[in-house]
Amino acid sequence: MGPRDGGGIGDLAGEMEVDAFRLLFPLRFYERHLLESIRPDARPLGTARDTSVALGAVGSADGSALAKIGHTTMLAAIKMEVMIPSSESPDEGCVAIEFHMPPICSPLVRPGRPAVAAPVISKQLSDVILSSQMINLKELSLITGKAAWMVYLDIYCLDADGSLFDAALLSAVAAFSNLCIPAVSVNEDGRVIASSGENREGKTMKELLNKEKRKLTLSCIPFSLTCILHKKYILADPTAEEESIMETLVTVVLDSSTRLISLYKPGGPFLAYTSVVQDCIALTSRRVKELQKIISEAISDMEAD
Amino acid sequence: MEVDRVDGRTPNQLRPLACSRNLLNRAHGSARWSQGDTIVLAAVYGPKAGTKKNENPEKASIEVIWKPKTGQIGKAEKEYEMILRRTLQSICHLTINPNTTTSIILQLLPCAINAACAALVDAGIPLKHLAVSICCGLSENGSVILDPTKVEEQNLQAFTYLVFPNSVHSVVPEESLRVEGEPMEHGIITSVTRGAMSVDDYLNCLDRGRSASSKMSEFLRRNFQSKVPDDSSKAA
Repeated sequence: MGPRDGGGIGDLAGEMEVDAFRLLFPLRFYERHLLESIRPDARPLGTARDTSVALGAVGSADGSALAKIGHTTMLAAIKMEVMIPSSESPDEGCVAIEFHMPPICSPLVRPGRPAVAAPVISKQLSDVILSSQMINLKELSLITGKAAWMVYLDIYCLDADGSLFDAALLSAVAAFSNLCIPAVSVNEDGRVIASSGENREGKTMKELLNKEKRKLTLSCIPFSLTCILHKKYILADPTAEEESIMETLVTVVLDSSTRLISLYKPGGPFLAYTSVVQDCIALTSRRVKELQKIISEAISDMEAD
Repeated sequence: MEVDRVDGRTPNQLRPLACSRNLLNRAHGSARWSQGDTIVLAAVYGPKAGTKKNENPEKASIEVIWKPKTGQIGKAEKEYEMILRRTLQSICHLTINPNTTTSIILQLLPCAINAACAALVDAGIPLKHLAVSICCGLSENGSVILDPTKVEEQNLQAFTYLVFPNSVHSVVPEESLRVEGEPMEHGIITSVTRGAMSVDDYLNCLDRGRSASSKMSEFLRRNFQSKVPDDSSKAA
């Protein structure tokens, strides 16, 4: 497939190298590919890039995961702290989610200037994770009204090559599935302290507060897929290059019981009609099955080690 | 499945709409949009020369500044700014005034889109069409209510903001504006959802939102038209 037969561009394009054509006429370059139902990276339109998840990537965190979708790489890590629950919800813990885009992730992010996309993705992630009710905040309670867990989830974007939200959500979900709640006990003053495991056992036997509850039960895990709408085409899982050329993005989040958690379309030159919305939802539900398989394989790999 | 609403509205009934434009003296365009007790003030400055870094100098850029009534701006406001900027970008003709910036300053979401749109019209910025925004709420028992108030919003299972284009009166034959048998005003410009719902419920919200948006776009059209004779009389 070359630009040679790209009709209506003229002789200039006909004699041009493929790389030069790609830089000068990016949209035409893509449209020529789309006509043939293929993308420059040899993917069909509705197919996502290779995805992998590795659990336990950060040793010092209580739960962590490294997710890769194509070149897009996200590192998620969870730290837990004991806090006093708020008086409105004395039997619930709290989850704070922060998404970071350090300058290494993309040439568009410059040191000293925070990336504009970062707070938006943070907000989207906390909305999706809280509204999917994946985590039961009541499970994060230790002593009603006195102590509960504060969960700090930090997601670092290591390489931003498109579909940032999808990769961030995948790494967040994987980190929660890897989470091991630290053991805590109540000391003589009635305060909750971290007990550092087996070596203390010989001394005063302190009652462990959360002996059996060391894992969170995750119900209805959300997964997402971002698609680009361009004319009549729907491109699943776009790269950064595709996102910069074609600007209409739709992110659909479905959970494992196929409830719609979010349908996010922030503007863009192309309108989403009902049929397009249904196509995007169908692509997402297919992707959810793929991602569920990837996550469960990562968990079983982790247990085997 | 009727839900009783606190203010006695039927599920499909919107709060009273009001829109007044050209309130601010110094701004190039301004509008105040209210739906019941939710009031948004929008001001447009521009087009001004030059664009920010990382912006395409061949196109006009749009800047949205969200000013909360109290306190500092947080993540939520940053997200609103981004959604608004991308929605408005899609309705403006960006190629008409290249290398310029238009700033829109707003002091709340669906209501804010309508206000920003009215302010852009007031500033005389060329637009492809208007954007009409509506909020649909889904209550626990699965029924849809339109334009929920803040108190209602907190009790809802899920809600969604939808933005549709208004119907265009143009010389182009109507058939060419239809995409796959759906009229253009049924296409979604922006969709933001909170809370979990089934796919069917979402599609139901879409239908209800569309019928309400056509009422709102009628309101917008009437409101803007009533303004035009005033201007011409001033000019004369």
